[in-house]
Amino acid sequence: MLMKLATDFMGWIDKRLPVTEAWNKHVGQYPAPKNFNFWYFFGSLAMLVLVNQILTGIWLTMNYEPSGDGAFASIEYIMRDVDYGWLLRYMHSTGASAFFVVVYMHMMRGLMYGSYQKPRELLWIFGMLIYLVLMAEAFMGYLLPWGNMSFWGAQVIISLFGAIPIIGDDLTLWIRGDYVISGATLNRFFALHVIAMPLVLVILVFLHILALHEVGSNNPEGVDTKKPKGSVKPEELSKFKFHKQYTDKYDIVDSIPFHPYYSVKDIMGVAGFLILFCWVMFFFPEGGGYFIEAPNFTPANSLKTPEHIAPVWYFGPFYTILRVVPDKLGGMLLMFAAIGMLFALPWFDRGTVKSVRYRSKLHLVNLIQFSICFVILGALGTMPASPTANLIGVITTCGYFGFFISLWFYSKNENTKPVPERIAD
Amino acid sequence: MSNVPVNNGRRRFLTAATAVVGGAGVVGAAVPFIASWNPSARAKAAGAPVEVNVGKIQPGQLIRAEWRGKPVYVVRRTEETINELATHDDQLRDPSSEMAQQPEYATNAYRSIKPEFLVALGVCTHLGCAPTHHGGDFEQFVEGVPNGFFCPCHGSKFDMAGRVFQGVPAPLNLVVPEHSFVNDDTLLIGVSQGDA
Repeated sequence: MLMKLATDFMGWIDKRLPVTEAWNKHVGQYPAPKNFNFWYFFGSLAMLVLVNQILTGIWLTMNYEPSGDGAFASIEYIMRDVDYGWLLRYMHSTGASAFFVVVYMHMMRGLMYGSYQKPRELLWIFGMLIYLVLMAEAFMGYLLPWGNMSFWGAQVIISLFGAIPIIGDDLTLWIRGDYVISGATLNRFFALHVIAMPLVLVILVFLHILALHEVGSNNPEGVDTKKPKGSVKPEELSKFKFHKQYTDKYDIVDSIPFHPYYSVKDIMGVAGFLILFCWVMFFFPEGGGYFIEAPNFTPANSLKTPEHIAPVWYFGPFYTILRVVPDKLGGMLLMFAAIGMLFALPWFDRGTVKSVRYRSKLHLVNLIQFSICFVILGALGTMPASPTANLIGVITTCGYFGFFISLWFYSKNENTKPVPERIAD
Repeated sequence: MSNVPVNNGRRRFLTAATAVVGGAGVVGAAVPFIASWNPSARAKAAGAPVEVNVGKIQPGQLIRAEWRGKPVYVVRRTEETINELATHDDQLRDPSSEMAQQPEYATNAYRSIKPEFLVALGVCTHLGCAPTHHGGDFEQFVEGVPNGFFCPCHGSKFDMAGRVFQGVPAPLNLVVPEHSFVNDDTLLIGVSQGDA
């Protein structure tokens, strides 16, 4: 009786909105390659963290006061007087760092298995846009507690735009809305942080997933699991029922439906992630001064620069690239070029073999040196400037850009291994 | 449905005209959204000039004033410091202050109205940190120059006239704001002589 009622209700809905259809297409009958490994946890984890940020963010706005006079005190109020306010805030601040950990791992996966290569260029671009918006979101969010590092970090980053010839000074004045960073800046950053950027972020995530489902998931072998229609013997096809949008166009091999197989796997990933996340959140919520920096426990003071202004760790690599150039405009251009290189990665790589497993030794070495350089650049970004740090910064910056440039040269005629037709059992 | 023949030329014209008018509307509607980001009337009013009593500053001492929310350094330079300014021109980016980082009346060897008093924004021209004053122990940064400013953020160096040294990230000398002396002891920051 109840079952029939539920079926009738879903039938009524489906006639008016294709809910069951959408579920099958994107979840229940979505063909995913059967060999996903550890690195494939991070897409769903990024979604989990996004939900965490949105939920805790909404709750934080309920007690936060976006004004130059009240912001700092309202954070203390949340931390001390609001029931579980400290937990909501630490979930949000730890979540911000976790977001970048997860996204960097997710990007690393793309690099390793060539998930940015044709036909997934647009998917990669949407991912990069998400990364860019995420950086803007995190930067604006960091101003909101109105601590002294909030203030001076924002001061440094907004001053970057002053390097643009002719319009630079007027542009920085326009962004700040005052002659210095002030309550006016705080309020507009608040508006962008809680409304504009999250909205854009959610739309981009939606497009990222749609684009993924259009071209299909890559896998650690970099083998195509969508074969031309009619090219596969019926007994070789995957035994599962997939949505006709996929089976009409292709013969699907070596794949399993996302749900329940990968939904269950991802729950496993979520469990592991939450253990680590909670461990950090409960025992090291300030991340040893890397998630919430020490000067941020004193209110913003426009007359007192902290001894050492360091960005939050996830901006470290780009900050180092910015400051190794002894020229303001040049440093800014190189920093943006560093992000631009990532955007253009699908076109720097002229190879057709996707996975690092079947690419040349040279590519493996290049990928390893790039990862090491990126980590060192990040570490340097949080340290004070010194001649030694600067020298290492120059070398690793060369390594960072060298990855893309050398890739363009060797990928055309790369000495690759033969890629198997199918994913081995 | 009408049987009048389709006039494609007219359709194209109407489509183009609608697009142009609509586009103009979008541009017009964007104005308030963009202009609302400019400093408000209140923020502009808060940028009024400030008075500083310089009579009690000891030779060699630096005091900080606040103007438009920015730190303004006022230094009473000693005789030696003033003489020292001419000794390291070859190490500076802009020794004779050719870039417009100061009002005309401060475009001189001391970058000030009175050689004794340096008035400069304590805002590094690189990325806006506050350089720290090193009186007497600046030689750790530049050999042979005992006094100067060092920016802890990215290592930019300035001399006691706020002139930037070569080989540092900051491109320009420190900004000397408009200022004037009401009398021997009173400095007014934000207004030039004769404007007040």
